[in-house]
Parts: sequence; C-alpha cells; structure tokens
Amino acid sequence: MSKKLKAVIIGPGNIGTDLLMKMQRSEWVEPVWMVGIDPESEGLKRAKEMGMKISSTGIEGMLDQVIKDDIRVAFDATSAYVHAENSRKLNELGVIMVDLTPAAIGPFCVPPVNLKKHASQLEMNVNMVTCGGQATIPMVAAVSQVQDVEYGEIVATVSSRSIGPGTRQNIDEFTRTTAGAVEAVGGADRGKAIIIVNPAEPPLMMRDTVHCLTKEKPDQAAITASVHNMVKEVQKYVPGYKLVNGPIFDGNKVSVFMEVEGLGDFLPKYAGNLDIMTAAGLRTAEMFAEEAYNGTITLPERG
Amino acid sequence: MDLTGKKVTLHDMSLRDGMHAKRHQLSLEQMVAISTGLDDAGIPLIEVTHGDGLGGSSLNYGFPAHTDEEYLNAVIPKIKNAKVSALLLPGIGTVDHLKMARDCGVSTIRVATHCTEADVSEQHIGMAAKMDMDTVGFLMMAHMVSAEKILEQAKLMESYGANCIYCTDSAGYMLPDEVSEKIGLLRSELNPNTELGFHGHHNMGMAIANSLAAVDAGANRIDGSVAGLGAGAGNTPLEVFVAVLDRMHANHGVDLYKIMDVAEDLVVPLMDQPIRVDRDALTLGYAGVYSSFLLFAQRAEAKYGIQARDILVELGCRGTVGGQEDMIEDLALTMAKEKGLI
Repeated sequence: MSKKLKAVIIGPGNIGTDLLMKMQRSEWVEPVWMVGIDPESEGLKRAKEMGMKISSTGIEGMLDQVIKDDIRVAFDATSAYVHAENSRKLNELGVIMVDLTPAAIGPFCVPPVNLKKHASQLEMNVNMVTCGGQATIPMVAAVSQVQDVEYGEIVATVSSRSIGPGTRQNIDEFTRTTAGAVEAVGGADRGKAIIIVNPAEPPLMMRDTVHCLTKEKPDQAAITASVHNMVKEVQKYVPGYKLVNGPIFDGNKVSVFMEVEGLGDFLPKYAGNLDIMTAAGLRTAEMFAEEAYNGTITLPERG
Repeated sequence: MDLTGKKVTLHDMSLRDGMHAKRHQLSLEQMVAISTGLDDAGIPLIEVTHGDGLGGSSLNYGFPAHTDEEYLNAVIPKIKNAKVSALLLPGIGTVDHLKMARDCGVSTIRVATHCTEADVSEQHIGMAAKMDMDTVGFLMMAHMVSAEKILEQAKLMESYGANCIYCTDSAGYMLPDEVSEKIGLLRSELNPNTELGFHGHHNMGMAIANSLAAVDAGANRIDGSVAGLGAGAGNTPLEVFVAVLDRMHANHGVDLYKIMDVAEDLVVPLMDQPIRVDRDALTLGYAGVYSSFLLFAQRAEAKYGIQARDILVELGCRGTVGGQEDMIEDLALTMAKEKGLI
C-alpha cells in the first residue's frame, strides 16, 4: 500500500483551508476531498482550484466515494453541532476522525503528550481540544511529568482578528474544554483556563501564560529541562512556538510565558492560535499514518 | 450644568473593584459590615465579587480570601433594601457562575467585555435576560475607541437583551468632554428605555467631573466606591459624589452623613495603602492603562527592579486590554533582561 493516508477535510473556512495548504506538503497525508455546504463559498472554489474533489452538500455528497477513493482520515473543522453525525457516518466506513471542533466526543489529543497512545490504540475519533489548549497543555504536562501538579492555569491572549464568530458565540466552551484538558491531558488535579481577546493593530501574536502549583517544592532544574525539551517537541510541528520567559519559580508556583507565531500559510503569522490547531491536527493524522505504515496498527479492513 | 431633580442610581464598587486594592482579601465580616452600612445609608445597588468578576479566582488575578459564593451568601441575607450585583467577564467566568450568582440572590448581572468585543457576551447577556435579571452590558476601556464604535458595540449588547449599557473608563483616562460625547451619542441612538451608566476611575482626578458629565448627558446609573476603594487611584468616591449631587439638587436617595461614616469608620481603616493619585496611578490614567494593573506593576518593580511607571507606559504602547495581568511579569522579565538586571 501507499504510505500516504488519503483525507477529507470538512469545512472550507480558515481552518480547513490552512489545513489543506499544510497537508499538501505532508509526506504522510494526502488531501483528496474538501466538503462544504455552500457551492458558492470562496473556500470550496479555492479548494477546487487547488485540485481537490469538492462536495457542496456536506459529507452526504461524498460518502459513496469514501471506499472507492480509499479515504482513511477525516478532519472536521465545522462546528460541535454537526460533528457527531459527521463522525458517526465516517467512522462507520472505517475513516479515522480528527475533530477540530469543540464537540470532544473522542479523547483529547495534544500531540507531544498523548498522541502516540491514541495512535497505537487506533482511536477512531480524537479531539484537538482548543487553540489555547494546544499551546499550553504541553507546558502543564512538562511540569506534571516531573512532579505532581495540584493546580494548572492557562491564560491565552489572542488577536481579535484571529477568532471567528463560532468561538465568540460560545466562549464558555473554550474555557470549559480547555480547563478539562488541562486536567485530563496536562495532568493537573484541577485546571482553569482564561481567554483574552485583544483588538490591537497591528494584531498581536498569540500569547500564552501557564501557571502550575506543584504539590511539593518544585525541582527547578528538572522542570526547567522538561520545559525546554517540551518546547522542542512542539516546535517539530509548530516552528514558531517560542518560550519568551520562564520557567519562573515563586514558592510552589511555576510560570511559563509563551508566544506562538504561525507559519502564515493561509492565516497570517499572528494567528498562531489557528496555526497550532491545524498543525496539531495534521501531526495527529501523520502519526496514525506512520503507525499504520510500520504495521503497529492495522487500519479497518475494506472489502 | 443643571441636574436639579435628576434621578441618579448610585452603584457601589467597594466590594468588587475595591477587591483589587485589597488583593481580593476582604474578609466576610468586612464585606458584611460595609454592605450593611451602605444599605443603611440608602445605596440601592452594591456589587460583590472577586475584583475580576465571577470566576476571577486564579493565580493570574489572585486567589481571594473566600469564593464568590461565600461572599454572596454572607452579604445578601444581611441586606434589607439594597440589591446586589455581580460582574462577569466572558473568557474568565461562564454562565455556570452566572446561574450560581442568581441562585445566591444576585439581581443584577453586569457582563463586561473590552469595548470592541461585545459579541463574546451574547450567551451571558442572553441567559441573564432570559432569567429576568437586571442585565447590564459593560463596555470596558471605552477611551480606546470612538463614540461611534462604542455605539455599534452597545447596540450588539442591547440586541442580546441588555437593559442597561455602561461606558466604562477602566483606565481613568477620559476627560469630561469625551464622557459627554460618548454618553450623549448612546442616549440619542439607543432604545429610549435602555438605561445608561458610567463607571469612572480617579487616575487623572476626573472621576467626579466625569460622573457629572455622564449624568448631564443622559446616564442615570453611576458607579462609585465608598472612600474610593477601587483599582488604581480608586473609583468615583461615593461620599464626595453624594455631597456634590446634594448641592446640585439631584435626586440620589442617599444619606450623606451615613455614607461619610461608612467611608471614614469602616473603609479607610482597612486600606492596605492610601487610595490616591500617586505617580503610578497617574501613569495609568495618562497612558490609558487598565487600573487593576497598578499593584501588579508595583510588585514587578519590587521583584525585578524595573520602575512600575515604565512597565505601565510600555503596556499602554502595546495596546494591552483588561485581563492581561500576565503580561506585566512577562514584560518586566523581558525589560530586566534587556537591562542586564537578570
């Protein structure tokens, strides 16, 4: 078999288009279909020009092509409301779902922390948490891998231009989902998430602050090494992930200050928050492809 | 200026904005003593929460001495006539906090966003309005944009269900003409039934003058704080404002001597530092920086040796908005590195 997994992207908006541009450079995933619901949408037209097969009637318009085109992985960049149905229908056909919506039906996936586990278990639906979660949870995990963290808190500051109407209408979903993943993936006993929207012009780069309270006195040398190591892991798929200051220690408090610059594919460089989502989503699918190619997992059988 | 007979609803901030000045450490007993004193003086509305609103309890803004729920449950049963409000900043607090506050007996919810980001408040304003609460849209850092932009954002909040809109001078930057222009435009363009409010800070010494300008331009709710206890150089000092309104024959319903006594006997003695226009607070107003950054910048000065004033001015240049307290230590570290101090 070819080593590349063939993919469908659902939702031709900013995220879907940025994902498509990144995927065209991937050694492991090949974009084939772009799915939307409006035949006149810019995103679908753009995808067609980029050589994609397109459906303008949702996934219904391409489900009968899934087997023929050997589609193995789907990326859902629509909304939590339609994700469940998309996932059910595609999973039934043996397609792995990478969920970029806040639906979170499947387990949270933050690549450098738990992707390997999900891939080796062939999880058929993984959720990419939130942009703030992707940017900060690796740092919480870097601390909790050294010693117990009783409380983890993240503050994500994003430029006003980089967050769309979906996030704005349901900003609580961001704070809840991110806080949940700070616990479930980051390894903190309790998690809290704060998001700040800043309208400055020119737009500011995504900024993230991570505070952890360790149970015992923090092992400064071990935590500092772990943080630097984790930054390198994230930089493998988000080169603009940067440690600005820290880790700073104050009693049992460990603080890390990050900046995330995007690659500037479809979204501008300041939108590191969107870039880290698409990069993490793609990295996830690539890991499944690598594991399948190496024979560690066996993709669902097809007649 | 003729305010004769004008009805002004005074809204006390000492137990919410004042929490910034107390690093969120007011005790339950202090809260109860001040709120019952204000109630007895005739203040109709009292705000009680963490300084950064419901859910503000955090390492970023400071852990409070008690939870919002504990404060609300301590204060509300002790109050006879006044109503209690709670602040909520979407992105920090959620509708779960809002429901908790309602269940504790909070009657007014104030949903606060940066002055250009009203559309993050739809679910919270919508929920509060649906629960028949007095629902306020609170546009912060209103000095940063034009009156037309404030109106556009106010209309969004009005459309979500807010029955009152605030023009909020979070940085204490505004001068009276700007207040008149912004409140005036809101008054002429919003639904006539929508109430208007003004929230001032005293960083440029303008809180009383600005509040008068707001009333004159059509605002009927004015935030203030007994003894000025609030972020930066504090809020509009309520006992002073009551005396001024008295002299102008406005209709405010507060007993001047009683509120003077709450200020002098209860609030001033518990201040950790004098609430005044010192050079750092003045810098907040002059540079247009969020008032609650004050103590964070002063702590960063003590820790990293960079003047608070320099940090605040740089935060202003970078266009920081309310809630970005984490930038203060981050920036102080960067400045200290550049100067070779660390």
